[in-house]
Amino acid sequence: MVHLTSEEELIWQKRMRLKAWLWWFAWLFCISFFMMCWQTMTRDTMWVFIYDAPTQAYDLLDRMFPPRWSYLPTLLKPLWDTLNIATIGTLIGIILAFPIAFLAARTTTPSVLFVRPIALFIIVASRSINSLIWALLLVAILGPGLLAGIIAIAFRSIGFVAKLLYEAIEEVDQTPVEALSATGASTLQVIDYAIVPQILPSFIGISLFRWDINIRESTILGLVGAGGIGLELQASLSILAWPQVILIVLLIFATVIFSEALSAKIRQAIL
Amino acid sequence: MMRAWHRPHYIIPQAKWRWLLWACFILYLIVATGSIDLHWSRVLEGFERGWRFVHAFLHPNFTTRWSDIQSGMIESLTMSLTSTFVGILLSIPVGIGAASNISTKSIYALCRFFISISRSMQEVIVAIFLVALFGFGTFAGFLTLTFATIGFLAKLLAEEIEGIHKAPLEAIRATGASWLQTLHYAIMPQIMPRLVGLWLYRFDINFRESAVIGIVGAGGIGATLNTAIERYEYDSAAAVLLLIIAIVFLCEYVSGYLRKWFI
Repeated sequence: MVHLTSEEELIWQKRMRLKAWLWWFAWLFCISFFMMCWQTMTRDTMWVFIYDAPTQAYDLLDRMFPPRWSYLPTLLKPLWDTLNIATIGTLIGIILAFPIAFLAARTTTPSVLFVRPIALFIIVASRSINSLIWALLLVAILGPGLLAGIIAIAFRSIGFVAKLLYEAIEEVDQTPVEALSATGASTLQVIDYAIVPQILPSFIGISLFRWDINIRESTILGLVGAGGIGLELQASLSILAWPQVILIVLLIFATVIFSEALSAKIRQAIL
Repeated sequence: MMRAWHRPHYIIPQAKWRWLLWACFILYLIVATGSIDLHWSRVLEGFERGWRFVHAFLHPNFTTRWSDIQSGMIESLTMSLTSTFVGILLSIPVGIGAASNISTKSIYALCRFFISISRSMQEVIVAIFLVALFGFGTFAGFLTLTFATIGFLAKLLAEEIEGIHKAPLEAIRATGASWLQTLHYAIMPQIMPRLVGLWLYRFDINFRESAVIGIVGAGGIGATLNTAIERYEYDSAAAVLLLIIAIVFLCEYVSGYLRKWFI
């Protein structure tokens, strides 16, 4: 912020001259870069389809409603499978994430140079690959079914839980840790008595949060063959049975909202 | 005289309830695992294939399908960049409207409704519908990601605005500033550093999501990945996955750097 004297009065500017120019060029660069990307992206776009979209939307809605309610009983077993995928997957995920978080945290890792980078790589790899892609891979490896879905959910959860958990471990109050070490406690005893009590609330919070996300993600895993309600969605889509599709989407919607409310309730009660 | 010391239990002090909960949990596990139909022979076969995948991960093949990978990557990157940009622009009015301290009641309700719709719809499901409407390709993917970005960023923006310090707001208002000037001089400086971090984080999410929506036909690297896995070309699939991991890693690094620069 600077005052510049022009002919007769003081003019107030937010930035210095040079900085103002730099900002102007930064904006120019951003916008031209955006235009370039837009051109590249829409090179193969068929604009006819896009002009046509409102008609298509009307047509699709017309075919979707009313939903085929008689289809609902068939969906209960897949829904139960979906819930199981999410719950067992989360469970395996947090069991695997727990030691990885301790190996990744700067304060508890046995070796900052060797073990910590490996643990961090596991965390990044697990987080970068979406559960649907994990499922795609695991269906190719294990064959279609619930097992592929459960493992996909578990693999995806490791990174999320371990990342949040190791940050919590690094922020732990060090006084109890030092006090326990001074009594001659082993590393495991220090972790059990000084660190775990401090991170337990955030651990439960993170696990519940992940369970809630996993319910949401497990509903679509069936699209690539990993079991659950997504399988029905895939089947209905491939025969263009839109009244069934909309029913499944509504059911997924209800499940997601229910699980969100439930996990919020448990978190409130426990923490 | 020695007395044994017991640590009190963390969450549920009464042993009775604790046992009951454990019993329910184990019962659930038995019932749930019972519904998984395991084919052990298939799993054993899977071990061998899994090993092949691990092997491929250590020897990724970038060359054979390089033109496919390259065009998929360019599609994914341009798609996530444009959708992040447009999403940011559109999330600003929605986010401001959804902040209860500077917005009016009716606009607040409308914006919050839009945000909750956008957040509870999954990208893949939105993509399925948009592909049906707009045809296969990147445009449907762009729209999907933009829609998701608006909800995500607007919610966080609204929360940031709701959490600002009141004093500068009142000071600027007291000078007789207009609504826009208040926004520019009292609110923006307080939320910009966090917001830039969130924008970059959303780019990162959009890039990862672009790999997923490709599976249902919305363009991007997901289509390449899907083809590679379906043909059991694990070495090409591993190359794609490693590229995704590398780009996400790079995003995290750059975002940390840029954020420092902005504060």
